[in-house]
Amino acid sequence: MFRNQYDTDVTTWSPAGRLFQVEYAMEAVKQGSAAIGLRSKTHVVLASVNKASSELSSHQKKIFKVDDHIGVAIAGLTADGRVLSRYLRNECINYSYTYESLLPVGRLVVQLADKAQVCTQRSWKRPYGVGLLVGGLDESGAHLFYNCPSGNYFEYQAFAIGSRSQAAKTYLERKFEGFMDSSRETLIKDALFALRETLQGEKLTSSICTIAVVGVGEAFHILDQETVQALINEFEIVGEEPPADEAAAPDQSTGAEPGPADQGTPADQGVTPMDI
Amino acid sequence: MNLADSTQAMNNLLGSEADSQRTLYPYVTGTSVVGIKYKDGILLAADMGGSYGSTLRYKTVERLKPVGKHSIIGASGEISDFQEIMRYLDELILYDNMWDDGNSLGPKEVHNYLTRMMYNRRNKFNPLWNSLVLGGVKNGQKYLGTVSMIGVHYEDNHVATGFGNHLARPILRDEWHENLTFEEGVKLLEKCMRVLLYRDRSAVNKLQIAKITEAGVTISQPYALKTSWDLSAFKNPTAGAEGSW
Repeated sequence: MFRNQYDTDVTTWSPAGRLFQVEYAMEAVKQGSAAIGLRSKTHVVLASVNKASSELSSHQKKIFKVDDHIGVAIAGLTADGRVLSRYLRNECINYSYTYESLLPVGRLVVQLADKAQVCTQRSWKRPYGVGLLVGGLDESGAHLFYNCPSGNYFEYQAFAIGSRSQAAKTYLERKFEGFMDSSRETLIKDALFALRETLQGEKLTSSICTIAVVGVGEAFHILDQETVQALINEFEIVGEEPPADEAAAPDQSTGAEPGPADQGTPADQGVTPMDI
Repeated sequence: MNLADSTQAMNNLLGSEADSQRTLYPYVTGTSVVGIKYKDGILLAADMGGSYGSTLRYKTVERLKPVGKHSIIGASGEISDFQEIMRYLDELILYDNMWDDGNSLGPKEVHNYLTRMMYNRRNKFNPLWNSLVLGGVKNGQKYLGTVSMIGVHYEDNHVATGFGNHLARPILRDEWHENLTFEEGVKLLEKCMRVLLYRDRSAVNKLQIAKITEAGVTISQPYALKTSWDLSAFKNPTAGAEGSW
């Protein structure tokens, strides 16, 4: 994208019918480090890459527990993400207080999307520069949503956002058909593999990633470092190609690599897909 | 400050103007509501009387109402406050439906909403002068709860308001059991309502029974109970204490 005379204000349309400030906000999401979400019928797994700015510092928190049944992973301006997480927590706790029951995920994301939309239609505001992967459980099952700075939201079986997320999406596109029936362990394994794809050859260790799980009978929680490292070692994810056939996982429906998924990748090279 | 301000302050302290803004006593009231869980859902019973003090003034007051798809409410106490509560609940259900997603408020959510409402009004010294029974079924789960005008709330297998607590609940404690059939449930409720009819002076002999199951809500047409006044105790009431009545 190049600078043009319609991109100063969020309340200025371009002649082509675009709001450039909103699109720039979505660019900020693409610059953030990767975050990945996957869901099955009973579980949702969120994973994120956590790079510390230096060896001396701690890393940015990118996964937030919103309630026992909902968590979010963010990419982009983490400060915006933190503030929105506080809003989401407030909404959930207020609903729990009034109705003594859990806020349905679908309603929370609509409230969040409406809040983001406001910032696209006020001259004194700017859009939130963060994309959120909202994963949660409610009466109607497990859900994974992506909330965009534009105020749009979509439901996904699996999704990845942030830098080099296309590599993760390619992996997920190969595997997603089996996710609905995946076991908890297989889902986490697939999340780790997808995360590894975004690292472009760098070694995957538990010190640079965060994994969180929510499921039926399992409140949202972030897995601790030892557990994650143990899983990485167990699945031998460190430096190998993901195995084509999972011998120990009868629930995967995609065994051999299907042709169509590979055809998709070359066409996308060099073009980052728009989120709208 | 000047004299005008202090006069206003004095008037407020005397409270006469402010009092007209809040509920001090009820005027038109409904009497007991009784509710039980049965095999397929919930049964509520209430008569159709609206008393104006000691006068049995109104005899077609519907005190049982459906709330959304999954709940029914029964109210005793001030009828106008019940109408206000129905306005709030209808608005709540409307907004719930406007989301147009697969979710809907169940009886547990409605009960808690009512509890918050009643308790908050009580804290402002302006209560909704009602005792409410809220029952419903959602996803196979039966729910029966009650809220009072001061916000006391609880769930149970059988609940009652007002005189029902004293006259009906002892009967229910003895005779209620899990998996009552519809006919057994109605008979049990009618037994309670009959005792209330004999002994509660604000009861009228015209009642409705409301049923809610997974399939939906049905509120019966009004009907009357058969009463029997030829018990020997009624025949010679002062036999044991000459001179009394």
